[in-house]
Amino acid sequence: MSESKVHFFSSEPLVALLGNPNCGKTALFNLLTGSRQKVANYSGVTVERKEGRLTLESGKNIRILDLPGAYSLYPRSLDERVTCNVLLGRAEGEKRPDLVICVLSAMNLRRNLRLVLAAKRLGLPCIVVLNMLDIAKRQGLQIDTAALSNELGLPVLTSIGIQSDGANEIKQFLSALDWRNLNALRTGTSDATLENVASHIAHAESDNVQVQRILQNLKLDQIIPDHLSDRLDAVLLHPFFGPVILVALLFCIFQAVFSWATVPMDLIKSAIEYLGGQIVEVLPGGWLRSLIVNGILAGLGGVVIFLPQILILFFFILLLEESGYLPRAAYLLDRVMGSVGLSGRSFIPLLSSFACAIPGIMATRSISNARDRMVTILIAPMMTCSARLPVYALLISAFIPEQKLWAGIDLQGLVLFLLYLAGILGAMAVAWILQRITSEQFRMNALMMELPSYHLPRLGNLAISLWQRAEIFLRRVGGIILLMTVGLWALSSFPFPPEGATGSPIQYSFAGMLGQALAHVFSPIGFNWQISIALVPGMAAREVVVSSLATVYALSSSSVDAADALIPLISSGWSLATALSLLAWFVFAPQCLSTIAAVKRETGGWKIPVIMLSYLFCLAYIASFITYHIASALGLG
Amino acid sequence: MNLDQVDLGSLYRVSEVNAPKGAPQIKGQLEDIGFLPGEQVAVLRKGLLGKGPYMVRVGASTFALRQSEARMIVVESYTNV
Repeated sequence: MSESKVHFFSSEPLVALLGNPNCGKTALFNLLTGSRQKVANYSGVTVERKEGRLTLESGKNIRILDLPGAYSLYPRSLDERVTCNVLLGRAEGEKRPDLVICVLSAMNLRRNLRLVLAAKRLGLPCIVVLNMLDIAKRQGLQIDTAALSNELGLPVLTSIGIQSDGANEIKQFLSALDWRNLNALRTGTSDATLENVASHIAHAESDNVQVQRILQNLKLDQIIPDHLSDRLDAVLLHPFFGPVILVALLFCIFQAVFSWATVPMDLIKSAIEYLGGQIVEVLPGGWLRSLIVNGILAGLGGVVIFLPQILILFFFILLLEESGYLPRAAYLLDRVMGSVGLSGRSFIPLLSSFACAIPGIMATRSISNARDRMVTILIAPMMTCSARLPVYALLISAFIPEQKLWAGIDLQGLVLFLLYLAGILGAMAVAWILQRITSEQFRMNALMMELPSYHLPRLGNLAISLWQRAEIFLRRVGGIILLMTVGLWALSSFPFPPEGATGSPIQYSFAGMLGQALAHVFSPIGFNWQISIALVPGMAAREVVVSSLATVYALSSSSVDAADALIPLISSGWSLATALSLLAWFVFAPQCLSTIAAVKRETGGWKIPVIMLSYLFCLAYIASFITYHIASALGLG
Repeated sequence: MNLDQVDLGSLYRVSEVNAPKGAPQIKGQLEDIGFLPGEQVAVLRKGLLGKGPYMVRVGASTFALRQSEARMIVVESYTNV
């Protein structure tokens, strides 16, 4: 699907919000634009572009652009490069902003002011907004905005990003502004070039001297201790209790993801089945009905059904992010991740991948180190995504006896846990190997991660972010999955079985032929031809494997409980060694096609997805081979 | 003295940043987040056994740094400046 540029009100003035990470810029953006936001990609790069509209009192509309947070205007990460390009007027399909609003955290003037000085050099009309004044006041910090305005030669406004009327002063200022003549707000020379910006290094020290002078003049040249955060950190980052709390928290989140999601997931499932049933009644049998029910509806259902889990997981991730805990979790995990050559920053994308690898892969954008990002993308599919659960559930209930082990732990649950663990350990092993084989130069990965003060999350901001995640997931993934499912439906439906055929129709289709050819490849790891055929549609989305098996075994695939009907069939038909081998296969199995599509988008080429596909295939094959042969040798064949 | 050798919780000032030859870009990165000459800096917390990552307050913000990064930052005691 195309989602290149958004030009929905392009004639209006463009105002860009510029600021350090953690300066409260996005909260301010939400206050200014409310629900009238659009998220898209910058053309050519995968950095998200957030744009919204503000209607002024006069009825005039202006476009507000939330630039990715930047520590300086010397671009180091993809995010920062985009910010620079937009400010220089080099972003494809976007005009140079008419006005830049520099957002400063009142708590952190020192570093933030350096960015203002760099922004002034760009020659764009600038105003300054002091954010988080409420917290500063509470900590006894008095900032003389008039004096600061004098020092900078720019208007200085104030805002409180967490109050619903916190942006009123900015709105009033923008209303009173003469938009046809913004030259009064232009302080630098207007011949900004990349060379000027790149000479940032030369400016860094002189800017610093200037900032120190400003802070001294304003009598703000002392550190304000952050008592609340320090007290919380004493517990949350405690060498022993910190990790214990983190593990407990993660456990609770996983519990919530899987237990809270059951009800909405069941609802979605029955809604889709009901809809399918209705269509079956209305439409005559034939390929059209099959296309709508087994292709389109099944495809959409396959995506939408994971939405509750993804939303619940993202709710917690966003909650932790807004509160300031998430970077601390990364801090706690940096040692563990560092031992396999990653940094704590990879933790968040990998955590998201447990719901689905696609949002996880999209979350790697925050990793500035290119090598770290690639490794994280490569191992993300090994985190057990929720699409694998139906397959695990089917095989475990068919083959693993319900049996209590010691201390109330039951065997089935233990096997499920081991499968998750195998994925994590496999991912760590791959990361470790990749660290060994990449050259020394790329191994130099930095952490340098800001640990912002703790904040109470604001529900409004949370709701806006959550809505955006849902929209992005459905829009980006929906189209791809739909296309794939319809394609695989065609493969599984054509050609029709010959007259008087006895087996199930899929056996005679292209997918069946492919599956039977694949059976030669898979027989050494104990897969029969039925499994091999089911693996073909399973490439679109893994949970389809269960319904495909049902089809291959000539059960009616529209029957509500395909899994229940399958259990006796496969538990009598397959050996335990085959079942264990299939479980091992799904721990590493080459990921679904939509993940591959997402990886291609995010890495900008086919190289990484091809590497990913091949190594996961090999890994899955080897793991299944070993599992099958050990199990057979133990007499489980 | 380098930032990885300082006393926990005491205040220092940054005097210079030395990036290793193999990765000169790190100097700029550290400067961007505030490790500039004259800045006030304190190590608030270290990981188990005194290893990284360190929790470092520079100016008014807090960063997690690895031990190797902390080693690049030369500091002097606060009163000498």
